Amino acid sequence: MNKRLIFRIARSLLLARWKQTLVAAIGVTFSITMFIALLSFMSGLNNLLDGLMLNRTAHIRLYNEIKPNIHQPVNSSREFNKSYNFIRSIKSSSTRQEVYNSGAIMQALKKDGRVQGIAAKITAPVFFNDGAVQITGIIFGIDVQAESQLFHFSDYVFYCDPLDLKNVSNSIILGEGLAAKLQVETGDVVQVTASTREQFSLKVVGFFQSGVQELDNVQSFTSIGTTQKILGKPGDYITDIQVKLNDINQAPVIAKEYAQLYQTDAEDIQTANAQFETGSFVRTLISYMVGITLLIVAGFGIYNILNMMIYEKMDSIAILKATGFSGRDVNRIFLVIALSIGFFGGLMGLLFGFLFSLVIDQIPFITAALPAVKTYPVDYNPVFYLIGSSFSLVTTYLAGWAPARKASRIDPVIIIRGK
Amino acid sequence: MDNLFVLQAIHICKRFHDPAVVKVLNDISLSIQQGEFVSIIGKSGCGKSTLLYILSTMDTDYEGELLIGMENMRGKNEKQLALVRNEKVGFVFQFHYLLNEFTALENVMLPGLKLGLYKEEEVKQHAMEHLRKLDIEKLADKKSNQLSGGEKQRVAIARALINDPAIIMCDEPTGNLDKKNSLIVFDIFRQLAEEHHQTLLVVTHDEDFAKKTHRIIEMEDGRIIRQ
Repeated sequence: MNKRLIFRIARSLLLARWKQTLVAAIGVTFSITMFIALLSFMSGLNNLLDGLMLNRTAHIRLYNEIKPNIHQPVNSSREFNKSYNFIRSIKSSSTRQEVYNSGAIMQALKKDGRVQGIAAKITAPVFFNDGAVQITGIIFGIDVQAESQLFHFSDYVFYCDPLDLKNVSNSIILGEGLAAKLQVETGDVVQVTASTREQFSLKVVGFFQSGVQELDNVQSFTSIGTTQKILGKPGDYITDIQVKLNDINQAPVIAKEYAQLYQTDAEDIQTANAQFETGSFVRTLISYMVGITLLIVAGFGIYNILNMMIYEKMDSIAILKATGFSGRDVNRIFLVIALSIGFFGGLMGLLFGFLFSLVIDQIPFITAALPAVKTYPVDYNPVFYLIGSSFSLVTTYLAGWAPARKASRIDPVIIIRGK
Repeated sequence: MDNLFVLQAIHICKRFHDPAVVKVLNDISLSIQQGEFVSIIGKSGCGKSTLLYILSTMDTDYEGELLIGMENMRGKNEKQLALVRNEKVGFVFQFHYLLNEFTALENVMLPGLKLGLYKEEEVKQHAMEHLRKLDIEKLADKKSNQLSGGEKQRVAIARALINDPAIIMCDEPTGNLDKKNSLIVFDIFRQLAEEHHQTLLVVTHDEDFAKKTHRIIEMEDGRIIRQ
């Protein structure tokens, strides 16, 4: 009963000065709108930029690095057991790049609950023959389906269905820069020389554009089988196993575990691309700071308006107190006023923020580097809306707190006597 | 019922500390019985309004004892005092003091809703009865800033009555009204006292008004000189 009464009085006071109320609410609406739009846009942009690298990168990459063996015979010798051995000019012992026992490892990985998916890959350095000139390049033998599903391969391929790679035998997708150098179009045939000196003819089925010029100038893709043929290797020859995890943050730990378990090198995404994470973090931080600043400004607006309202409503407060409303009741009335400004202003802010995001989402954003992107990226993350609405309530509560306290402490005798 | 004191003030003193210590009320003792119609008169500045604010529990800075309905007001906190005002004391001020955001009916209903003893519908019914009794039921749905001074004062009286208070306190209820409206207001008070045995305490400087009440308490320089 008491609560309903307090809400009713608060509503009447609000509606009696609806213009002021509206101004205060618009302040909140504006800041929440900007907060939502800014964060959605920033986050969308972040995801896009991260996606340039992170989405295409395996969370963990298992491979065999060509490097000197760390287990040198002298270290195992009992004679030199207790001494520190300096060995100079150690040569790499193994020239085999393949992941040993790859079939068994991939089966074990598929059963691991922390793994979202895996994609095998072969890296093969080759020469593309362009008349008398040879252009260096790299052919990646990939599992197209897994690659598209886990690492968005299909987003960066154009003029063809990426599955052609699998369906058309001896086919190749060329990096855009590489294709320009070779002056080929889809359907043309390119000549490739492998490190084994053997020559192959491959049919161009499409082009690939990563947005990173340097990569597009050298990279090309074939199916795993085709690369194995080029290299003259058997069907279980794999140089990389790319693992995508369910939780990217676990990558460093799991990478160490795999390195031990499978006796390979394992590189995690955090180590490989530390600078990307820092960049996104700073951008997110800046957007939050701007959003919160906007809200604080709106909060001061509400504070001012409530303060003015209290001076105007001195008589009403005095009479409420004289007729039996306690200081706490008066305090609550003004807090309800502040919070309802925050609530309705915030609600409108969420709505306008969403609409604004929709508008941003329609603005054309065409860049040669990103063929899959046509408009500005927007991230419609419900978390932003949650943060926005709770911030609007918190700031209005804080803005209302001091004026409400002041109102609750008004001495009715002074007001009534003062007339 | 005769010996039941609705209100008792025992040796009440009040000092103002600003700028120098001034004793505005000096050893005031008075008792009001159920059903009495009492007026306090005195010249401007004699402390009669100050006394009324103390008796109404709004001013708590005093010495001495105050009993409302045999209950000591000392030691009660702000919330408890608010409840006492809500339940046992009705107010009528010189300047009406209605809430402009509400209609006349809502103004009357507010203290009743605050008390929460009855459902909203019942409170509304009681409020309408009081308005009818004061002959202003047709004003019920008007906003209070659309009312004339006399009408406002009658709405204020209806509001004072809504919780069937033990005592109604009035601070110069006719001070701001013309002759005709003053008479109407006085008639209402008299009717309340005589027909409904409502206890009334009226502070006024209007001697004609005071003479017509049952009992006059005269004050001068913070003391009661005759009661």
